Amino acid sequence: MLWLLRNVGKAVIVAEGATELVGLDPLLICHPCSFCLFALAGSCNSCEGINESVLCLFQMRDLKAVGKKFVHVMYPRKSSALLRDWDLWGPLVLCVSLALMLQGGSADSKDDGGPQFAEVFVIIWFGAVVITLNSKLLGGTISFFQSLCVLGYCVMPLTVAMLVCRLVLLAGAGTVSFIIRLIVVGAMFAWSTLASTAFLADSQPPNRKALVVYPIFLFYFVISWMILTFTPQ
Amino acid sequence: MAAAGGGRSGAPAAEWGGFEDNMQGGGSAVIDMENMDDTSGSSFEDMGEMHQRMKEEEEEEAEGEAGAGEEEEDGEFLGMKGLRGQLGRQVADQMWQVGKRQASRAFSLYANIDILRPYFDVEPVQVRARLLESMIPVKMINFPQKIAGELYGPLMLVFTLVAILLHGMKTSDTIIREGTLMGTAIGTCFGYWLGVSSFMYFLAYLCNAQITMVQMLSLLGYGLFGHCITLFVTYNIHFHSLFYIFWLVVGGLSTLRMVAVLVSRTVGHTQRLILCGTLAALHMLFLLYLHFAYHKVVEGILDTLEGPNVPPFQRVARDIPAVSNAVLNTTAKAIALTL
Repeated sequence: MLWLLRNVGKAVIVAEGATELVGLDPLLICHPCSFCLFALAGSCNSCEGINESVLCLFQMRDLKAVGKKFVHVMYPRKSSALLRDWDLWGPLVLCVSLALMLQGGSADSKDDGGPQFAEVFVIIWFGAVVITLNSKLLGGTISFFQSLCVLGYCVMPLTVAMLVCRLVLLAGAGTVSFIIRLIVVGAMFAWSTLASTAFLADSQPPNRKALVVYPIFLFYFVISWMILTFTPQ
Repeated sequence: MAAAGGGRSGAPAAEWGGFEDNMQGGGSAVIDMENMDDTSGSSFEDMGEMHQRMKEEEEEEAEGEAGAGEEEEDGEFLGMKGLRGQLGRQVADQMWQVGKRQASRAFSLYANIDILRPYFDVEPVQVRARLLESMIPVKMINFPQKIAGELYGPLMLVFTLVAILLHGMKTSDTIIREGTLMGTAIGTCFGYWLGVSSFMYFLAYLCNAQITMVQMLSLLGYGLFGHCITLFVTYNIHFHSLFYIFWLVVGGLSTLRMVAVLVSRTVGHTQRLILCGTLAALHMLFLLYLHFAYHKVVEGILDTLEGPNVPPFQRVARDIPAVSNAVLNTTAKAIALTL
Protein backbone atom coordinates (compact mmCIF):
# COMPACT_ATOMS: atom_id res chain seq x y z
CA MET A 1 0.00 0.00 0.00
CA LEU A 2 2.77 2.43 0.98
CA TRP A 3 4.71 1.49 -2.14
CA LEU A 4 1.66 2.15 -4.28
CA LEU A 5 1.05 5.54 -2.71
CA ARG A 6 4.69 6.43 -3.13
CA ASN A 7 4.56 5.57 -6.78
CA VAL A 8 1.31 7.41 -7.45
CA GLY A 9 3.21 10.62 -6.91
CA LYS A 10 5.81 9.41 -9.38
CA ALA A 11 3.00 8.50 -11.73
CA VAL A 12 1.50 11.99 -11.75
CA ILE A 13 4.80 13.53 -12.79
CA VAL A 14 5.46 10.74 -15.27
CA ALA A 15 2.01 11.14 -16.78
CA GLU A 16 2.39 14.88 -17.23
CA GLY A 17 5.86 14.56 -18.63
CA ALA A 18 4.95 11.71 -20.91
CA THR A 19 1.99 13.52 -22.44
CA GLU A 20 4.19 16.40 -23.44
CA LEU A 21 6.79 14.04 -24.77
CA VAL A 22 4.47 11.82 -26.73
CA GLY A 23 1.90 14.43 -27.67
CA LEU A 24 -1.11 12.43 -26.55
CA ASP A 25 -4.33 13.83 -25.21
CA PRO A 26 -3.68 14.32 -21.47
CA LEU A 27 -7.23 13.27 -20.65
CA LEU A 28 -6.53 9.79 -21.95
CA ILE A 29 -3.32 9.48 -20.02
CA CYS A 30 -4.92 10.97 -16.94
CA HIS A 31 -7.58 8.24 -17.05
CA PRO A 32 -7.67 6.54 -13.63
CA CYS A 33 -6.66 3.21 -15.14
CA SER A 34 -3.56 4.82 -16.56
CA PHE A 35 -2.50 6.11 -13.15
CA CYS A 36 -2.49 2.71 -11.54
CA LEU A 37 -0.72 1.22 -14.49
CA PHE A 38 1.93 3.90 -14.61
CA ALA A 39 2.51 3.38 -10.91
CA LEU A 40 2.77 -0.39 -11.26
CA ALA A 41 4.78 -0.20 -14.43
CA GLY A 42 7.55 1.78 -12.79
CA SER A 43 10.62 -0.25 -13.35
CA CYS A 44 12.92 2.72 -13.45
CA ASN A 45 14.70 2.08 -10.20
CA SER A 46 17.38 4.62 -10.56
CA CYS A 47 15.03 7.44 -11.49
CA GLU A 48 14.79 9.26 -8.20
CA GLY A 49 13.11 12.50 -7.37
CA ILE A 50 10.72 14.85 -9.04
CA ASN A 51 13.36 17.10 -10.52
CA GLU A 52 14.99 14.34 -12.58
CA SER A 53 14.48 14.49 -16.29
CA VAL A 54 11.62 12.44 -17.72
CA LEU A 55 13.99 11.02 -20.28
CA CYS A 56 15.72 9.02 -17.56
CA LEU A 57 12.66 6.76 -17.68
CA PHE A 58 13.53 5.60 -21.14
CA GLN A 59 16.85 4.24 -20.10
CA MET A 60 18.53 1.86 -22.45
CA ARG A 61 18.34 -0.90 -19.85
CA ASP A 62 14.55 -0.73 -19.56
CA LEU A 63 14.05 -0.35 -23.29
CA LYS A 64 16.26 -3.34 -23.93
CA ALA A 65 14.29 -5.43 -21.43
CA VAL A 66 10.98 -4.46 -23.05
CA GLY A 67 12.39 -5.10 -26.51
CA LYS A 68 13.69 -8.54 -25.49
CA LYS A 69 10.23 -9.46 -24.22
CA PHE A 70 8.65 -8.41 -27.52
CA VAL A 71 11.07 -10.73 -29.31
CA HIS A 72 10.16 -13.55 -26.94
CA VAL A 73 6.49 -13.07 -27.80
CA MET A 74 7.13 -13.06 -31.55
CA TYR A 75 9.18 -16.28 -31.28
CA PRO A 76 7.57 -18.10 -28.36
CA ARG A 77 10.06 -20.50 -26.91
CA LYS A 78 9.92 -21.90 -23.40
CA SER A 79 12.14 -19.35 -21.73
CA SER A 80 11.84 -17.87 -18.29
CA ALA A 81 13.06 -14.37 -19.20
CA LEU A 82 9.52 -13.10 -19.68
CA LEU A 83 8.45 -14.46 -16.33
CA ARG A 84 11.49 -13.58 -14.26
CA ASP A 85 11.77 -9.83 -14.82
CA TRP A 86 8.20 -8.84 -15.30
CA ASP A 87 7.20 -5.31 -16.13
CA LEU A 88 3.99 -3.72 -17.28
CA TRP A 89 5.39 -1.08 -19.65
CA GLY A 90 4.91 -3.23 -22.72
CA PRO A 91 1.33 -4.23 -21.88
CA LEU A 92 0.47 -0.62 -21.13
CA VAL A 93 1.83 0.63 -24.45
CA LEU A 94 0.11 -2.18 -26.37
CA CYS A 95 -3.19 -1.70 -24.56
CA VAL A 96 -3.24 2.06 -25.11
CA SER A 97 -2.29 1.78 -28.78
CA LEU A 98 -4.91 -0.92 -29.39
CA ALA A 99 -7.58 1.11 -27.58
CA LEU A 100 -6.67 4.23 -29.57
CA MET A 101 -6.84 2.35 -32.86
CA LEU A 102 -10.22 0.83 -31.96
CA GLN A 103 -11.70 4.24 -31.27
CA GLY A 104 -14.25 5.77 -33.52
CA GLY A 105 -15.46 2.49 -34.95
CA SER A 106 -19.09 2.62 -33.83
CA ALA A 107 -22.20 3.00 -35.92
CA ASP A 108 -23.40 5.89 -33.82
CA SER A 109 -22.30 9.52 -33.50
CA LYS A 110 -18.89 10.73 -32.47
CA ASP A 111 -19.95 10.69 -28.82
CA ASP A 112 -19.09 6.99 -28.69
CA GLY A 113 -15.38 7.69 -28.91
CA GLY A 114 -15.00 7.86 -25.14
CA PRO A 115 -16.54 4.54 -24.10
CA GLN A 116 -14.65 2.74 -26.82
CA PHE A 117 -11.29 3.56 -25.26
CA ALA A 118 -12.43 2.73 -21.74
CA GLU A 119 -14.18 -0.38 -22.98
CA VAL A 120 -11.05 -1.86 -24.55
CA PHE A 121 -8.87 -0.81 -21.64
CA VAL A 122 -11.21 -2.41 -19.09
CA ILE A 123 -11.71 -5.57 -21.13
CA ILE A 124 -7.98 -6.20 -21.46
CA TRP A 125 -7.08 -5.54 -17.85
CA PHE A 126 -10.19 -7.05 -16.29
CA GLY A 127 -9.85 -10.10 -18.50
CA ALA A 128 -6.17 -10.48 -17.64
CA VAL A 129 -6.94 -10.21 -13.91
CA VAL A 130 -9.70 -12.84 -14.16
CA ILE A 131 -7.44 -15.26 -16.05
CA THR A 132 -4.67 -14.74 -13.52
CA LEU A 133 -7.01 -15.35 -10.59
CA ASN A 134 -8.37 -18.41 -12.32
CA SER A 135 -4.92 -19.89 -12.92
CA LYS A 136 -3.94 -19.20 -9.33
CA LEU A 137 -7.10 -20.82 -8.01
CA LEU A 138 -6.46 -23.89 -10.17
CA GLY A 139 -3.15 -24.37 -8.41
CA GLY A 140 -0.75 -22.37 -10.56
CA THR A 141 2.70 -21.43 -9.32
CA ILE A 142 2.97 -18.19 -11.24
CA SER A 143 2.66 -14.86 -9.47
CA PHE A 144 -0.05 -12.29 -10.13
CA PHE A 145 2.05 -9.70 -11.95
CA GLN A 146 4.04 -12.27 -13.89
CA SER A 147 0.80 -13.55 -15.36
CA LEU A 148 -0.42 -10.03 -16.14
CA CYS A 149 2.90 -9.34 -17.83
CA VAL A 150 2.69 -12.41 -20.06
CA LEU A 151 -0.94 -11.84 -21.03
CA GLY A 152 -0.29 -8.19 -21.76
CA TYR A 153 2.76 -8.83 -23.93
CA CYS A 154 0.92 -11.53 -25.87
CA VAL A 155 -1.58 -8.92 -27.05
CA MET A 156 1.16 -7.74 -29.43
CA PRO A 157 0.24 -9.98 -32.40
CA LEU A 158 -3.32 -8.69 -32.15
CA THR A 159 -2.10 -5.09 -32.12
CA VAL A 160 -0.16 -5.86 -35.29
CA ALA A 161 -3.35 -7.39 -36.73
CA MET A 162 -5.26 -4.20 -35.88
CA LEU A 163 -2.67 -2.14 -37.71
CA VAL A 164 -2.92 -4.38 -40.77
CA CYS A 165 -6.73 -4.26 -40.65
CA ARG A 166 -6.70 -0.48 -40.56
CA LEU A 167 -4.40 -0.36 -43.56
CA VAL A 168 -6.57 -2.86 -45.46
CA LEU A 169 -9.70 -0.86 -44.63
CA LEU A 170 -8.09 2.23 -46.14
CA ALA A 171 -8.11 0.40 -49.45
CA GLY A 172 -11.77 -0.54 -49.23
CA ALA A 173 -14.39 -2.44 -47.22
CA GLY A 174 -15.58 -5.17 -49.55
CA THR A 175 -15.73 -8.95 -49.30
CA VAL A 176 -12.09 -9.37 -50.34
CA SER A 177 -10.90 -7.04 -47.61
CA PHE A 178 -13.06 -8.92 -45.10
CA ILE A 179 -11.48 -12.23 -46.09
CA ILE A 180 -7.99 -10.78 -45.83
CA ARG A 181 -8.79 -9.31 -42.42
CA LEU A 182 -10.34 -12.59 -41.27
CA ILE A 183 -7.21 -14.54 -42.23
CA VAL A 184 -4.85 -12.02 -40.63
CA VAL A 185 -6.84 -11.71 -37.40
CA GLY A 186 -7.33 -15.46 -37.20
CA ALA A 187 -3.60 -16.11 -37.60
CA MET A 188 -2.65 -13.48 -35.03
CA PHE A 189 -5.26 -14.79 -32.59
CA ALA A 190 -3.79 -18.29 -32.86
CA TRP A 191 -0.29 -16.82 -32.41
CA SER A 192 -1.33 -14.90 -29.27
CA THR A 193 -3.01 -17.90 -27.73
CA LEU A 194 -0.08 -20.20 -28.47
CA ALA A 195 2.46 -17.68 -27.18
CA SER A 196 0.69 -17.12 -23.88
CA THR A 197 0.01 -20.84 -23.49
CA ALA A 198 3.71 -21.59 -23.98
CA PHE A 199 4.53 -19.37 -21.02
CA LEU A 200 1.59 -19.94 -18.72
CA ALA A 201 0.68 -23.59 -19.11
CA ASP A 202 4.00 -24.76 -17.69
CA SER A 203 3.20 -23.27 -14.32
CA GLN A 204 0.08 -25.42 -13.96
CA PRO A 205 -0.34 -29.00 -12.80
CA PRO A 206 -0.06 -31.16 -15.96
CA ASN A 207 -3.62 -32.50 -15.97
CA ARG A 208 -5.25 -29.05 -15.70
CA LYS A 209 -3.65 -27.28 -18.62
CA ALA A 210 -6.89 -27.33 -20.61
CA LEU A 211 -8.74 -25.56 -17.79
CA VAL A 212 -6.25 -22.69 -17.93
CA VAL A 213 -6.00 -22.49 -21.71
CA TYR A 214 -9.75 -22.11 -22.28
CA PRO A 215 -10.19 -18.68 -20.62
CA ILE A 216 -7.05 -17.43 -22.41
CA PHE A 217 -8.61 -18.62 -25.68
CA LEU A 218 -11.86 -16.81 -24.83
CA PHE A 219 -10.01 -13.63 -23.86
CA TYR A 220 -8.06 -13.36 -27.11
CA PHE A 221 -11.14 -14.42 -29.03
CA VAL A 222 -13.10 -11.44 -27.68
CA ILE A 223 -10.24 -9.05 -28.54
CA SER A 224 -9.91 -10.57 -32.03
CA TRP A 225 -13.64 -10.22 -32.52
CA MET A 226 -13.49 -6.54 -31.59
CA ILE A 227 -10.66 -6.06 -34.10
CA LEU A 228 -12.41 -7.98 -36.88
CA THR A 229 -15.73 -6.18 -36.54
CA PHE A 230 -14.13 -2.75 -36.44
CA THR A 231 -15.42 -0.44 -39.14
CA PRO A 232 -14.11 3.10 -39.28
CA GLN A 233 -16.52 6.02 -39.65
CA MET B 1 4.82 5.57 19.98
CA ALA B 2 4.35 8.17 17.35
CA ALA B 3 8.10 8.47 17.05
CA ALA B 4 8.59 4.75 16.72
CA GLY B 5 5.78 4.54 14.22
CA GLY B 6 7.18 7.43 12.31
CA GLY B 7 10.63 5.84 12.25
CA ARG B 8 9.22 2.56 11.03
CA SER B 9 7.35 4.17 8.22
CA GLY B 10 10.15 6.61 7.60
CA ALA B 11 12.76 3.97 6.76
CA PRO B 12 11.03 2.43 3.73
CA ALA B 13 9.92 5.88 2.67
CA ALA B 14 13.47 7.15 2.45
CA GLU B 15 13.22 7.42 -1.33
CA TRP B 16 10.28 9.73 -1.28
CA GLY B 17 10.76 11.45 2.00
CA GLY B 18 9.26 14.72 0.82
CA PHE B 19 6.03 13.14 -0.32
CA GLU B 20 5.53 11.11 2.88
CA ASP B 21 6.26 14.16 4.98
CA ASN B 22 3.60 16.27 3.36
CA MET B 23 1.05 13.48 3.68
CA GLN B 24 1.57 12.53 7.28
CA GLY B 25 2.28 16.03 8.49
CA GLY B 26 5.78 15.21 9.70
CA GLY B 27 5.60 13.23 12.87
CA SER B 28 8.76 13.37 14.84
CA ALA B 29 12.34 14.39 14.85
CA VAL B 30 13.39 10.86 13.80
CA ILE B 31 11.93 11.35 10.35
CA ASP B 32 13.52 14.75 10.04
CA MET B 33 16.98 13.36 10.69
CA GLU B 34 16.49 10.65 8.08
CA ASN B 35 15.28 13.11 5.52
CA MET B 36 18.27 15.29 6.11
CA ASP B 37 20.51 12.47 4.94
CA ASP B 38 18.27 11.52 2.06
CA THR B 39 19.93 12.30 -1.23
CA SER B 40 16.80 11.54 -3.24
CA GLY B 41 14.71 14.25 -1.59
CA SER B 42 13.01 16.85 -3.69
CA SER B 43 15.46 19.56 -2.84
CA PHE B 44 17.75 20.27 0.06
CA GLU B 45 16.59 23.84 0.42
CA ASP B 46 12.93 22.86 0.89
CA MET B 47 13.77 20.14 3.39
CA GLY B 48 15.98 22.49 5.30
CA GLU B 49 13.27 25.14 5.46
CA MET B 50 10.62 22.65 6.54
CA HIS B 51 12.91 21.26 9.20
CA GLN B 52 13.65 24.76 10.52
CA ARG B 53 9.94 25.67 10.56
CA MET B 54 9.02 22.50 12.44
CA LYS B 55 11.74 23.08 15.00
CA GLU B 56 10.44 26.61 15.64
CA GLU B 57 6.88 25.33 16.01
CA GLU B 58 8.00 22.69 18.49
CA GLU B 59 9.75 25.33 20.57
CA GLU B 60 6.65 27.50 20.57
CA GLU B 61 4.41 24.62 21.57
CA ALA B 62 6.77 23.59 24.36
CA GLU B 63 6.35 27.08 25.79
CA GLY B 64 2.59 27.01 25.23
CA GLU B 65 2.13 23.62 26.88
CA ALA B 66 4.15 24.68 29.90
CA GLY B 67 1.80 27.64 30.37
CA ALA B 68 -1.46 25.72 29.79
CA GLY B 69 -0.84 22.99 32.36
CA GLU B 70 -4.28 23.44 34.03
CA GLU B 71 -6.29 22.79 30.90
CA GLU B 72 -4.90 19.34 30.41
CA GLU B 73 -8.14 18.05 28.99
CA ASP B 74 -8.32 20.71 26.35
CA GLY B 75 -4.64 20.25 25.59
CA GLU B 76 -5.56 18.15 22.59
CA PHE B 77 -8.05 20.72 21.42
CA LEU B 78 -5.44 23.44 21.54
CA GLY B 79 -3.08 21.19 19.59
CA MET B 80 -5.71 20.30 17.00
CA LYS B 81 -6.65 23.89 16.39
CA GLY B 82 -4.31 24.39 13.51
CA LEU B 83 -3.30 20.72 13.05
CA ARG B 84 0.24 21.98 12.88
CA GLY B 85 0.95 21.48 16.53
CA GLN B 86 2.97 18.58 17.79
CA LEU B 87 -0.09 16.95 19.40
CA GLY B 88 -2.10 17.35 16.24
CA ARG B 89 0.60 15.70 14.22
CA GLN B 90 0.85 12.84 16.67
CA VAL B 91 -2.88 12.25 16.59
CA ALA B 92 -2.91 12.30 12.80
CA ASP B 93 0.01 9.89 12.76
CA GLN B 94 -1.71 7.52 15.16
CA MET B 95 -4.92 7.63 13.16
CA TRP B 96 -2.94 6.81 10.03
CA GLN B 97 -1.28 3.83 11.70
CA VAL B 98 -4.56 2.50 13.06
CA GLY B 99 -6.28 2.97 9.73
CA LYS B 100 -3.46 1.24 7.90
CA ARG B 101 -3.55 -1.69 10.28
CA GLN B 102 -7.31 -2.05 9.92
CA ALA B 103 -7.14 -1.81 6.15
CA SER B 104 -4.43 -4.45 5.89
CA ARG B 105 -6.36 -6.73 8.23
CA ALA B 106 -9.55 -6.33 6.21
CA PHE B 107 -7.62 -6.86 2.99
CA SER B 108 -6.01 -10.07 4.20
CA LEU B 109 -9.39 -11.29 5.41
CA TYR B 110 -11.59 -10.55 2.39
CA ALA B 111 -9.16 -10.42 -0.50
CA ASN B 112 -7.74 -13.79 0.34
CA ILE B 113 -8.54 -15.81 -2.73
CA ASP B 114 -7.73 -19.04 -0.94
CA ILE B 115 -11.28 -19.15 0.39
CA LEU B 116 -12.40 -19.79 -3.20
CA ARG B 117 -9.80 -22.46 -3.88
CA PRO B 118 -11.96 -25.49 -2.94
CA TYR B 119 -14.57 -24.45 -5.50
CA PHE B 120 -12.04 -24.55 -8.33
CA ASP B 121 -10.65 -27.96 -7.53
CA VAL B 122 -11.75 -29.77 -10.69
CA GLU B 123 -10.33 -31.87 -13.49
CA PRO B 124 -11.14 -31.30 -17.19
CA VAL B 125 -12.83 -34.71 -17.34
CA GLN B 126 -15.17 -33.76 -14.52
CA VAL B 127 -16.09 -30.46 -16.18
CA ARG B 128 -16.87 -32.23 -19.47
CA ALA B 129 -18.97 -34.85 -17.67
CA ARG B 130 -20.93 -32.19 -15.80
CA LEU B 131 -21.55 -30.22 -18.98
CA LEU B 132 -23.07 -33.24 -20.65
CA GLU B 133 -25.04 -34.18 -17.54
CA SER B 134 -26.63 -30.74 -17.42
CA MET B 135 -28.63 -31.66 -20.51
CA ILE B 136 -29.87 -35.00 -19.18
CA PRO B 137 -32.82 -34.84 -16.78
CA VAL B 138 -32.64 -37.27 -13.88
CA LYS B 139 -35.46 -39.76 -13.40
CA MET B 140 -35.05 -40.46 -9.70
CA ILE B 141 -36.67 -37.59 -7.83
CA ASN B 142 -37.46 -39.33 -4.56
CA PHE B 143 -33.83 -39.35 -3.52
CA PRO B 144 -31.91 -36.05 -3.15
CA GLN B 145 -29.65 -35.69 -6.18
CA LYS B 146 -26.02 -34.71 -5.71
CA ILE B 147 -25.01 -31.24 -6.90
CA ALA B 148 -21.31 -30.49 -7.24
CA GLY B 149 -20.41 -27.26 -5.48
CA GLU B 150 -18.03 -26.12 -8.15
CA LEU B 151 -17.62 -22.64 -9.60
CA TYR B 152 -15.13 -23.09 -12.46
CA GLY B 153 -17.60 -24.54 -14.95
CA PRO B 154 -20.39 -22.01 -14.26
CA LEU B 155 -17.96 -19.08 -14.39
CA MET B 156 -16.52 -20.20 -17.73
CA LEU B 157 -20.03 -20.75 -19.09
CA VAL B 158 -21.06 -17.24 -18.08
CA PHE B 159 -18.01 -15.79 -19.82
CA THR B 160 -18.75 -17.89 -22.90
CA LEU B 161 -22.30 -16.57 -22.90
CA VAL B 162 -20.91 -13.04 -22.69
CA ALA B 163 -18.72 -13.71 -25.73
CA ILE B 164 -21.62 -15.22 -27.70
CA LEU B 165 -23.87 -12.31 -26.74
CA LEU B 166 -21.22 -9.85 -27.88
CA HIS B 167 -21.03 -11.68 -31.19
CA GLY B 168 -24.82 -11.52 -31.51
CA MET B 169 -24.96 -7.82 -30.68
CA LYS B 170 -22.21 -6.98 -33.13
CA THR B 171 -23.78 -8.88 -36.01
CA SER B 172 -27.15 -7.29 -35.33
CA ASP B 173 -25.61 -3.80 -35.05
CA THR B 174 -27.27 -3.17 -31.72
CA ILE B 175 -26.72 0.43 -30.71
CA ILE B 176 -26.37 0.95 -26.99
CA ARG B 177 -26.55 4.59 -26.10
CA GLU B 178 -26.13 4.62 -22.36
CA GLY B 179 -23.16 2.35 -21.86
CA THR B 180 -21.12 -0.04 -23.91
CA LEU B 181 -21.73 -3.33 -25.66
CA MET B 182 -19.34 -5.16 -23.40
CA GLY B 183 -20.84 -3.61 -20.28
CA THR B 184 -24.33 -4.62 -21.34
CA ALA B 185 -23.29 -8.17 -22.16
CA ILE B 186 -21.40 -8.65 -18.90
CA GLY B 187 -24.16 -6.99 -16.90
CA THR B 188 -26.87 -9.14 -18.44
CA CYS B 189 -25.11 -12.47 -18.02
CA PHE B 190 -23.62 -11.94 -14.59
CA GLY B 191 -26.78 -10.23 -13.43
CA TYR B 192 -28.84 -13.22 -14.48
CA TRP B 193 -26.48 -15.78 -12.96
CA LEU B 194 -25.99 -14.03 -9.63
CA GLY B 195 -29.41 -12.42 -9.35
CA VAL B 196 -31.55 -15.39 -10.24
CA SER B 197 -29.36 -17.69 -8.12
CA SER B 198 -29.84 -15.42 -5.12
CA PHE B 199 -33.57 -15.17 -5.74
CA MET B 200 -33.94 -18.94 -6.13
CA TYR B 201 -31.85 -19.49 -2.99
CA PHE B 202 -34.19 -17.15 -1.12
CA LEU B 203 -37.22 -19.05 -2.46
CA ALA B 204 -35.55 -22.34 -1.58
CA TYR B 205 -35.05 -21.05 1.94
CA LEU B 206 -38.76 -20.17 2.14
CA CYS B 207 -39.80 -23.53 0.68
CA ASN B 208 -37.43 -25.52 2.90
CA ALA B 209 -35.39 -26.97 0.07
CA GLN B 210 -32.06 -28.56 0.88
CA ILE B 211 -29.69 -26.53 -1.22
CA THR B 212 -26.80 -24.19 -0.47
CA MET B 213 -25.93 -20.98 -2.27
CA VAL B 214 -22.87 -22.44 -3.99
CA GLN B 215 -24.91 -25.42 -5.17
CA MET B 216 -27.56 -23.07 -6.54
CA LEU B 217 -24.92 -21.03 -8.36
CA SER B 218 -23.43 -24.21 -9.76
CA LEU B 219 -26.80 -25.62 -10.86
CA LEU B 220 -27.90 -22.44 -12.61
CA GLY B 221 -24.46 -21.92 -14.10
CA TYR B 222 -24.40 -25.33 -15.71
CA GLY B 223 -27.96 -24.71 -16.89
CA LEU B 224 -26.56 -21.90 -19.03
CA PHE B 225 -24.86 -24.52 -21.21
CA GLY B 226 -28.13 -25.02 -23.07
CA HIS B 227 -28.43 -21.25 -23.57
CA CYS B 228 -24.90 -21.08 -24.96
CA ILE B 229 -25.56 -23.81 -27.51
CA THR B 230 -28.91 -22.35 -28.59
CA LEU B 231 -27.64 -18.82 -29.00
CA PHE B 232 -24.42 -19.90 -30.72
CA VAL B 233 -26.42 -21.75 -33.36
CA THR B 234 -29.27 -19.29 -33.81
CA TYR B 235 -27.12 -16.13 -33.90
CA ASN B 236 -25.40 -17.61 -36.94
CA ILE B 237 -28.34 -19.32 -38.66
CA HIS B 238 -31.21 -16.87 -38.67
CA PHE B 239 -34.42 -18.85 -38.79
CA HIS B 240 -37.25 -18.22 -36.39
CA SER B 241 -38.51 -21.79 -36.51
CA LEU B 242 -35.04 -23.15 -35.81
CA PHE B 243 -34.79 -20.93 -32.75
CA TYR B 244 -38.16 -22.11 -31.42
CA ILE B 245 -37.14 -25.75 -31.87
CA PHE B 246 -33.84 -25.15 -30.04
CA TRP B 247 -35.62 -23.15 -27.36
CA LEU B 248 -38.03 -25.98 -26.64
CA VAL B 249 -35.64 -28.90 -26.97
CA VAL B 250 -32.29 -27.65 -25.68
CA GLY B 251 -33.63 -25.04 -23.28
CA GLY B 252 -36.31 -27.41 -22.14
CA LEU B 253 -33.86 -30.23 -21.42
CA SER B 254 -31.58 -28.09 -19.28
CA THR B 255 -34.59 -26.64 -17.46
CA LEU B 256 -35.97 -30.12 -16.83
CA ARG B 257 -32.65 -31.21 -15.40
CA MET B 258 -32.55 -28.27 -12.96
CA VAL B 259 -36.19 -28.73 -12.04
CA ALA B 260 -35.73 -32.45 -11.38
CA VAL B 261 -32.76 -31.82 -9.11
CA LEU B 262 -34.67 -29.18 -7.17
CA VAL B 263 -37.75 -31.40 -6.86
CA SER B 264 -35.61 -34.18 -5.45
CA ARG B 265 -34.43 -31.82 -2.74
CA THR B 266 -37.81 -30.31 -1.77
CA VAL B 267 -40.64 -31.77 0.28
CA GLY B 268 -44.27 -30.85 -0.29
CA HIS B 269 -46.28 -30.32 -3.46
CA THR B 270 -46.89 -26.58 -3.14
CA GLN B 271 -43.26 -25.85 -2.40
CA ARG B 272 -42.10 -27.97 -5.31
CA LEU B 273 -44.54 -26.21 -7.60
CA ILE B 274 -43.46 -22.73 -6.53
CA LEU B 275 -39.74 -23.41 -6.82
CA CYS B 276 -39.79 -25.30 -10.06
CA GLY B 277 -42.36 -23.10 -11.72
CA THR B 278 -40.33 -19.98 -10.96
CA LEU B 279 -37.05 -21.50 -12.11
CA ALA B 280 -38.54 -22.89 -15.32
CA ALA B 281 -40.24 -19.61 -16.16
CA LEU B 282 -37.14 -17.48 -15.51
CA HIS B 283 -34.79 -19.83 -17.36
CA MET B 284 -36.91 -20.15 -20.49
CA LEU B 285 -37.87 -16.48 -20.58
CA PHE B 286 -34.21 -15.46 -20.30
CA LEU B 287 -33.37 -17.43 -23.42
CA LEU B 288 -36.30 -15.83 -25.22
CA TYR B 289 -35.17 -12.40 -24.12
CA LEU B 290 -31.55 -12.96 -25.21
CA HIS B 291 -32.67 -13.98 -28.66
CA PHE B 292 -35.18 -11.22 -29.31
CA ALA B 293 -33.51 -8.30 -27.58
CA TYR B 294 -30.33 -8.47 -29.63
CA HIS B 295 -31.58 -9.77 -32.90
CA LYS B 296 -34.20 -7.40 -34.29
CA VAL B 297 -32.07 -5.52 -36.78
CA VAL B 298 -31.00 -8.72 -38.49
CA GLU B 299 -34.65 -9.65 -38.87
CA GLY B 300 -35.28 -6.26 -40.43
CA ILE B 301 -32.61 -6.91 -43.02
CA LEU B 302 -34.03 -10.36 -43.74
CA ASP B 303 -37.51 -8.87 -44.18
CA THR B 304 -36.34 -6.46 -46.84
CA LEU B 305 -34.52 -9.26 -48.64
CA GLU B 306 -37.30 -11.83 -48.42
CA GLY B 307 -40.19 -9.51 -49.19
CA PRO B 308 -43.61 -9.77 -47.56
CA ASN B 309 -42.62 -12.84 -45.54
CA VAL B 310 -42.79 -10.96 -42.26
CA PRO B 311 -43.44 -12.91 -39.04
CA PRO B 312 -46.76 -11.80 -37.58
CA PHE B 313 -45.22 -11.14 -34.16
CA GLN B 314 -43.11 -8.27 -35.45
CA ARG B 315 -45.87 -6.73 -37.59
CA VAL B 316 -48.34 -6.49 -34.77
CA ALA B 317 -45.78 -4.86 -32.50
CA ARG B 318 -44.95 -2.24 -35.13
CA ASP B 319 -48.54 -1.32 -35.97
CA ILE B 320 -49.97 -0.83 -32.52
CA PRO B 321 -48.33 2.56 -31.69
CA ALA B 322 -49.47 4.04 -35.03
CA VAL B 323 -53.07 2.92 -34.49
CA SER B 324 -53.19 4.22 -30.96
CA ASN B 325 -51.75 7.57 -32.04
CA ALA B 326 -54.41 7.99 -34.72
CA VAL B 327 -57.15 7.05 -32.29
CA LEU B 328 -55.81 9.52 -29.74
CA ASN B 329 -55.70 12.31 -32.32
CA THR B 330 -59.27 11.74 -33.50
CA THR B 331 -60.62 11.54 -29.98
CA ALA B 332 -58.74 14.68 -29.01
CA LYS B 333 -60.18 16.50 -32.00
CA ALA B 334 -63.66 15.24 -31.17
CA ILE B 335 -63.37 16.43 -27.58
CA ALA B 336 -62.06 19.82 -28.72
CA LEU B 337 -64.97 20.22 -31.10
CA THR B 338 -67.54 19.38 -28.45
CA LEU B 339 -65.92 21.84 -26.02
